Amino acid sequence: MSTPSWPAAEDPVLNGQVPGEQAGGHSTAAQAAGAATGELFFKDPFAHTYAKPKTSGAPNGRPRSHVPGEVGIWVFVLGDMCAFALFFSVFVLTRTQQPAVFELGRRSLTLALGTINTLLLLTGSFMVVVGLRYVRRLRQRIGSRFFAVALFCGLCFVGNKVIEYHGLIHDGHKPASNDFYTYFFMFTGVHLLHLTLGLGGLGFMVKTARKPAIAARDLRNLEALATYWHLIDLLWIVLFALLYLLR
Amino acid sequence: MTSIRPAAIVWVALMTSALLNAWLGEGHGPAKVAAVAVIVIAFVKVRLVGHYFMEVRGAPLPLRVIFDAYIGVVSCALIGIYLIGT
Repeated sequence: MSTPSWPAAEDPVLNGQVPGEQAGGHSTAAQAAGAATGELFFKDPFAHTYAKPKTSGAPNGRPRSHVPGEVGIWVFVLGDMCAFALFFSVFVLTRTQQPAVFELGRRSLTLALGTINTLLLLTGSFMVVVGLRYVRRLRQRIGSRFFAVALFCGLCFVGNKVIEYHGLIHDGHKPASNDFYTYFFMFTGVHLLHLTLGLGGLGFMVKTARKPAIAARDLRNLEALATYWHLIDLLWIVLFALLYLLR
Repeated sequence: MTSIRPAAIVWVALMTSALLNAWLGEGHGPAKVAAVAVIVIAFVKVRLVGHYFMEVRGAPLPLRVIFDAYIGVVSCALIGIYLIGT
């Protein structure tokens, strides 16, 4: 897998510095202010006439807290988390009623495949975090490469899942076999549907980050899609624990 | 703007934790202790993903409270269901 190089320890972008501070003066104060406030990213000859971005008044002068993306995506994310909480509860409840069936089912799963999928999603999520950081610091071209790596991780997850499903069905473990496999295929299938939609979102993120200039609306969209991608990671963490690990 | 380092540390910790979770699930320790540990570790990871990847830690207080309340309620419910049922 080819990953973009990012010398994290030395990289001023990843260490929270404004690009204009070390990029030979290519960036202006307006860009720096824009990065903090979510305004348009472009060289603005009238930048010096603008007011400074509002801060929380904290001693460190950090920008005020904000909802990543927009409120709507969080309503969806929290609603989805609640729906999955119901799935988790039903699964654990049924597991306590049929411990032998569920333990046999769990042992039939390949733990290595589940662990690899976890590592893929965690890595994909981190790539999105780094990519978004680059976009916010006006280096969206580099950010798009990190989004592309996250997309690759997601595609590997799908491939891995297909292998897992094929293996289980080949061994005679079908959704109708017993309650464990019903839940396994249903929950992981719903999660896979989320992930497939997320792949489309990541594709959009790659395309958006390749724009020469990122508008405030683009940044909001990128943040919202990043939040959705992290949701997929978050849900998988619990699914993996319950399906593969819980005895 | 904060450094990427905390998120990088969280990423390494989560990767390590995934391997630790796998080890717990392979039959080490009493079943109930291992099960509770698996659920607790999973939701600690959820919180780390939420706060450091989804940027909940920089979000307004209501969102932080709702997110953390979700983690507390759901993890306690799952542990309760498991312990009462077994």
